[in-house]
This record gives sequence, structure tokens and C-alpha cells, in this order.
Amino acid sequence: MPAHRADPAEPDAVSPDTSFSKEPTSRRRFLGYLLAAPTLVAAAELGGGTGFGAPAANAAETGAGVPPSPQLADSYDLTDALVHAARPTANLITITLDENGHAHFELHRTEVGQGINTTVAMLIAEEMDLPLDHVHVTLADARPELMTNQLTGGSSSVSSIYYPVRTAAAIAKGKLLEAASLVLGEQANFLSSKLGVITSRAGRSVSYGDLATKAASDSTKQVEANLKAESDFAIVGKPTRRIDALDAVTGRKQFTTDLDVPGAKPTMVCRPPTINGTPQSVTNAEQVRRMPGITDVVTISSGVAVRGETYGQCIDAVNALDVKWSPGPVDGESDATVEQKLKDATPPAVIPPTPATKTLERQFTFAFVNGSALGVNAAIADVKPDSAEIWSTLKIPIAAQQNIAQALGMATNQVTVHVVSGGGSFGRALFHDAALEAAEISQKIGKPVRLMWHRADDCRQGRVHPMSVGTIRASFNGDVVSFEQHLASVRTDFSHGLGDAVSSTVARELPGVSYTVSEAIFALTTPSLYNFGITKTLLTETHQSPENNRPRGGFNTGSTRNVYSPDVVTTRELFVDELAEKMGMDPYDFRRKYVKNESLLKVLDKAAEVGGYGKSTPDGVGHGIALHHEYKQTMACFVELDCRPETVNRKVRDGVTGPRVTRGVLVTIPGHIVINPLGLEAMMQGGFIDGFAQALTASVHLNNGRIAEASWDNFFYCRQWNLPFEFTPVVLPAEESEIPAGAGEMGVAPSFAATACAYRAATGKTPTHFPINHNDPLPFEPYPHEPPLPPSPTNGLDYAY
Amino acid sequence: MPEHTFKLNGKPVTVDTEDNVRLLWVIRDLLGVTGPKYGCGINVCKACTCHINGKAFNPCSVQVSDVGPDDEITTIEGLADTVESDLHPMQEAWLDHDVVQCGYCQPGQIMAAVATVRKARDEGRELSDADIEGIRNVCRCGTYFRIREAIKDGATRM
Ligand code: FES
Ligand code: FES
Repeated sequence: MPAHRADPAEPDAVSPDTSFSKEPTSRRRFLGYLLAAPTLVAAAELGGGTGFGAPAANAAETGAGVPPSPQLADSYDLTDALVHAARPTANLITITLDENGHAHFELHRTEVGQGINTTVAMLIAEEMDLPLDHVHVTLADARPELMTNQLTGGSSSVSSIYYPVRTAAAIAKGKLLEAASLVLGEQANFLSSKLGVITSRAGRSVSYGDLATKAASDSTKQVEANLKAESDFAIVGKPTRRIDALDAVTGRKQFTTDLDVPGAKPTMVCRPPTINGTPQSVTNAEQVRRMPGITDVVTISSGVAVRGETYGQCIDAVNALDVKWSPGPVDGESDATVEQKLKDATPPAVIPPTPATKTLERQFTFAFVNGSALGVNAAIADVKPDSAEIWSTLKIPIAAQQNIAQALGMATNQVTVHVVSGGGSFGRALFHDAALEAAEISQKIGKPVRLMWHRADDCRQGRVHPMSVGTIRASFNGDVVSFEQHLASVRTDFSHGLGDAVSSTVARELPGVSYTVSEAIFALTTPSLYNFGITKTLLTETHQSPENNRPRGGFNTGSTRNVYSPDVVTTRELFVDELAEKMGMDPYDFRRKYVKNESLLKVLDKAAEVGGYGKSTPDGVGHGIALHHEYKQTMACFVELDCRPETVNRKVRDGVTGPRVTRGVLVTIPGHIVINPLGLEAMMQGGFIDGFAQALTASVHLNNGRIAEASWDNFFYCRQWNLPFEFTPVVLPAEESEIPAGAGEMGVAPSFAATACAYRAATGKTPTHFPINHNDPLPFEPYPHEPPLPPSPTNGLDYAY
Repeated sequence: MPEHTFKLNGKPVTVDTEDNVRLLWVIRDLLGVTGPKYGCGINVCKACTCHINGKAFNPCSVQVSDVGPDDEITTIEGLADTVESDLHPMQEAWLDHDVVQCGYCQPGQIMAAVATVRKARDEGRELSDADIEGIRNVCRCGTYFRIREAIKDGATRM
């Protein structure tokens, strides 16, 4: 099998000198602090240390056709809004040096697999001249004073903390040099620092550990930081392995349910058959409480909780409960009723057709998609009469702290919230569903609980990417003269706070622009890419009544990885292919002609070249190519899809095969320096996989308020047998921009779109529903909804290999 | 309550619990060994993959009464000891290929990888792409490409 990773030595792969020289550091001042403490402690203001004056330079305009009308995301996008949301706080992040010369940093972002711990450690090691393994990054508890800063979402973390973390680290190193100068008797500017040791010109040296107390400050004072020039970077920009990998491969890495909190026994919840149903009565609570291992049974707002010695006994107890359920808020809804509502909510075209132009209009439906990670929703809660302690994977721990305090009838400062590394997130951990539920249970029974959702709970009552209908129209003669795209979507729940951070920042940074939360996020992520004349994009949401906005009031939705973009971009790129055909051109040549700037042209050409776009393929195999711009990344994706019967009809036990992506290429021009090329490649691979899975197989089915899926053998996310034989990530030299790009979600939309385009090329059919197999007969027998959990098998040894 | 004895990572252990408690919960909840992860409880996701007498299996789907004093259960924590080293060659390959993202699936992936290589060898052949495609372990982070490379590399070191 060919290598899947770009060779860093190849000219087109990430190279460490990517645009370093372009950083306009000369006109900036970076201010931070030394704090009074027994050892050296340096700090910086989040969002401080620099002024983001100039917006990213826009790539030179290019292409034929009529320039598009400007879209908000062309000049100010979601990354800007989230970076700016991190600005207005006077609170500090601090780096502490211990007497062994090791640096410690409590990260106010949440590690969920994206590698942010490693990225931050690299920045600190770089700026302080420390070996990477002398930097220790832990996750900070909820710090209410950080407000919108303690939020991990929208792939904005690296973009937001790049300068503040470097500022604090640079101040620490400055102070170490100063202290060393006294010890070594030479001026600081004659000293050199390397791997945690400072050496004088005379060859004498002193270690950071020996300087930790000498460099301590006895007062807190503001100082100017002297940041390294990016051209001097030795660690940042080098492919670097994850710092937590050893713990993960040895089983030492702990997730929420692995934590040993005294008395926090396994706890699960018996949940309703339909989405957000509520418990009416339980006939056999006492009987169930006497089952082996069970300690408690209690009715809560979302169901009936059981606590016991093992999760296995909790599963049996949950299934033994005889609960009468009240209907949920969406019991009357099925895939078809929701689709109809979305179509009804789609407004007529606003740009009138003219007699001189032809019009093309298309509509695509995107099914609900499960957003759960492999690590199920889980939380530990220990609620006492006057205090509470919570452990969970929380990307907005402050929101969790506030809502839990409110639910418990406590003040915010009575609730301590610990953030635990997550077993994935994909947007799910923006919410604190499990933490809130665990707190309610613990308060009701007066004991600590270790709550875990069953996989079936995650599938059926967990958050989904909302169903949507994309409608798109263009008018054209020789060129495209108008282009209008509409997305009707079931309401996305932004009540977790990310949305407020974004919309209030937009209101502050862009006076005169007024958006709801969803409109703001939609507008910030939907740029124009083509010279298609008058361009309009619009979002409408259904299921928006006040009832829907109450907790458990409607569908459980969330801004699953990449929010609106997978649906928006797939609608657009598939339509562009059809438009090309109508205008008598090949999809690739058509894009070359109409893309609006040189960056798009560059990534398009690169993807076509590396993928071998247009080379002859057997019947039933097709090539697709798609473009996107988001998170400060300009991207093109190439997909080769095999739709031949021998591939489509492969049999895998309890699995779905279907068309197979045989080769993929994802090309990006990142907005600024790439801190960890290895981490970026991992994100490109993961996003690419997510994208084609959503195009081909991954969705959930809704029938009268019930979700059919309850297992990974029902929800068809990619497995080894679906994996492309070859995937090549290509990172081109960075653009001149001041903000590093986000990577966590970047690949999803372009991969989804390119796969859809490849399907059209391979089969000659334009799909109207995604994933393409969604309306096939269900390839599995759904587990019963009552009792709620699939029974635990006993025949595991029969499958031993 | 009945007593159950088996070997866990080289040491005999005894627990007092009902016969039908699945081994995953005995290992995790009663014995505090948390390397094997829960991802489904129904033998689908394979996050809990361990070895029984050297073969991969899923303890979420085996009752504790179905194992006995002679059964040797190995979790990820005990894998390196089976080759009397700090790390098993497969774990080393995993590090070299920087496979891990969130890490939740990885103990199960590594245990499955080792067993897959052994099985091919026992059948007198080398590891094939089809063997790798037969591995059912879910990785929701999408580390599958690197898993493929790491297994092949790990196999050459085993
Ligand atoms: S938890 Fe055992 S296979 Fe999923
Ligand atoms: S690394 Fe996260 S599920 Fe595999």
C-alpha cells in the first residue's frame, strides 16, 4: 500500500520555512507579566499581547466571469470571530517553572483528540528553548473569569492562543536569561539558551532548574516580551508526535469513566423510547433496587437512574425497569415529515430570472447524522449539601458550571468543574448533557455517581447533526450571472454558549451587522468561491418555536464537526458540476475558469495533478473534485470512487460496503504557519474519512420520534473495509496571514462534496439524498426501543481469534 | 456471592460477584484495570479487546463464570510483559506512526492488531490487506490509515 503521508522532504509537502519571513512582527508589541511567586511564573493576557490590525491579505483575484457580490465570510470569518471572542478578558494564562527546570501550563482548552496539548507544549518548548518533554500541559478547571476564552470550538484554539502562549513563554525565557547573567557574570545578550540550559560565551552554564527560584519575581509587574522570529523556529513547524501517545498505547491515559473518585459507583439511566420522552411512573423501582449489585434507583427528569457495583448490573437493572413514558416533543416526526417541513420552509428565489438567461435549480436532502464520539457521554458528580464537584469532558466548562449550579440551587463558586481529556468530541462535548444529569442524580440520592451513557443512549438520545435541505439556483448565459443558495435546516442547538460568543463578537466587531446565533455562524462559514455574479446565501431554520428551545424540547441537535458546511459545500460543488455540464464544460475546467482567486486556483490544480484528475478510469469509476475555504484554510479535495458492482456488492458481516473511495487527495493552503505538520495531517485524514462516510453511509433514521440506530453496526461510520487504499494530504506554503489556521474540522466538507461529485461522475446519476444509501431498506434489524438497551451478549468466546 | 478466579496480566485474581457479570466490568469496575474501554457493550466496537490465552476477544460479551483459574487474560496493561519488555513491538510501531488521536480506541486496536498478526502466522502466512480489513475495531477519530501502516510495521518487528 502506498504511503499515506506527505514526505516532509518533498517540495510540496509542509516545509518548516513556510512563510516565516512574512510575519510582520516588527510593528507589534507583546506585553505580558511576571507574577510574584516562589519560582518563576510568567503570564500573558489571553487575546492580549498583540493587536490584530490588518485582516488576512486576500489572495489576488482571478478568473473569468462576473465577480461575486461580497459575502461576510470573504473578509471576516468564524475563526476571526472566535479569536476576537477571546480578547476582552483581563485574565491571565500562566507558565510556571519548577525547580527541576520543567514548565507547567494549565490549558484552558479541552484535549479531545485534536492534539491541542501537543501543539501548546510545542509553542512553549520553542519559545523557552526547553526540550518538549520538560513541558507539562494539564487541563484547567472551569475558570468563570475567562468567559468566552475557555471554549474549545470552531477549530479556533490554535488561532486564539498562538500569540498569548508564546508571549508568556518568551517572558519566562527573558527572565531566565536575566537571572543567568548574574550567575554567569556575562551580559544577557551574550548568553545562549538551549534545551533548558543557558551557556555563556566563556562556556560556563546553568540549568533552568537552578534558575527557577533565582528568576522568581517578588512583585507582579508588566514586562515586554521578546518573541522569537518565526524564521528561528526549531520545534514549531517540525512534524512532532503527540505528547500523550505513550499513555494512550499503554492504557494509562484516563478518560472520565476511568477516574477513581471514591464512592462514585457506576450509574446509568433508563431512557424513553422516543426522543426526549419523560418518565410518568415506575411500577417496580423497589424490586429493581434489590437486584444484585444495585444500590439506588431514582426517577430524574430524563428517565430513571440506577446506581450499582458494575455497569453490567446497571444495564440489567435498566432493562428490568417497568416505566410508563409520556410522549416526547417530536413523536409525530419521521424522516419524511421533517424533510417536508424543510422544503416548505424554503423560500422562493429572490433574484428574478431575466428573459436573456437560462436557469438551473436543484435541491438536496441531508439526513440526520449521529455525532457521538467513541467515548460515550460520561460524567462523575459528587454533590454534597453545600458544594458539588464534577468531572467530565467539557469544551465549555464555564457554561456547565453555571447551569449545574443553577440546577442544584447553588452559587457558581460552590460548584467545582474538572475538565477531563475526551475520547473524541466532534462538537458533542460543547454540551454538558451528562454532567448536568450526573449532578441531578447525585443530588437526588446524596451519593457520588459515575454516570455513563450506553452506546444505544448516545445513538438514540444523543445529539445529531440536524437534517437539512439545500436549494440552489443559478442563471447563466455565456457566464453565470446570478447564484443563490439556501439551506433549510432543523434548528442547531447553540445554547451551550459558543454561539453567543460568536454573535456577540460579530455585533461588537462589525457594527451594523445584526444576526441571530445561527445566522452569524452560517454567514461566517459561507464564503463565495466563484465569479458567479450576484451571489446570495441564506439560512432558514425549522423547529424554532419556544418549546423547541427549552431543554429536551425538540430534537437533540448540535454543531457536529463542521456545522453547516458539509451540507452547504456539497450542495454547491455538486451543483457546480451540473452547471458545468449545462454550459458544456468539464467540471475541472469550469472551476479553473470561474474560481475567484489564485489560492483557489492553486489548490484546485494541485489536487487535480496529485489525484490524476481526468485520467481514464474503468466504467463505474469516477473522479470528483471540490473546493472550500474555512478556518483560514483554502482547500481542494480529489476523490476517486469505485461504483462497480463487484465493489458495491462486497459482503461484510453486519457491515455496509457500497461504493468505495479508492484514492483521496486533500490540498490546503493554511492561513499561517503550521505548528505541527504531523497533527495537521492527522486532522486532514480524519476529516476526509468523516466526509466520505457522510456522503456514502453515515446517517440515522427517524421514525415517529424513534431513532432506529443503536450500535456501530447500525450507524455506518467508516470501518477498515470502507477505507480508501490511498490518501495524500498536501500542505502548500502558507498564506500571508497573522492567524494560524484551524484544522479539527477542515476536511469534512470538501471530502463530502468531492465524494458526491465522484459518484455523479462514476454513475452518471446526481444523488438527491445524502448519504446516498439513506433511503435503501434498513440494512439491519433495529434493536427494540423498550427495554432501551440491547442485551449484553454471552457468546464472546465464540468470536475469539 | 460466588467466587471467580482467573489470571489477569500474569497474576491470579479472585472476585466475588454474580456469575453473569460480564468480564469487562469485572476487570474495570471491580479490579480497577481500565485499559480496556467501553464503546458499545455488545461486541461491536471492539474498544474492549483483550486476549484470552493469547487470542483476541471482547470481555463485554463473556460472563465471568465462563473463565476459570487456568485462563490467562491479558489487557493492554499486560501486553508488554508478554514479551518481557517495556513496550510490545506493536506499541512501539503505534508510537512511531503517531497513530493515536483521542486514544480511546487504541488499547483495543493494538490488542486486535497483535492477535491478527499472530493468527496469520499460525496459519502459516504473512499478514495481508484482507486480514487488516477484517479488523472490526471502530476508530471514530479516523486514525485508520495510520493503523494500517503501524500494523504492517509492527508485524515485521514481532
Ligand atoms: S465494548 Fe466490547 S466490543 Fe464494544
Ligand atoms: S483515536 Fe479516538 S477513537 Fe480512535
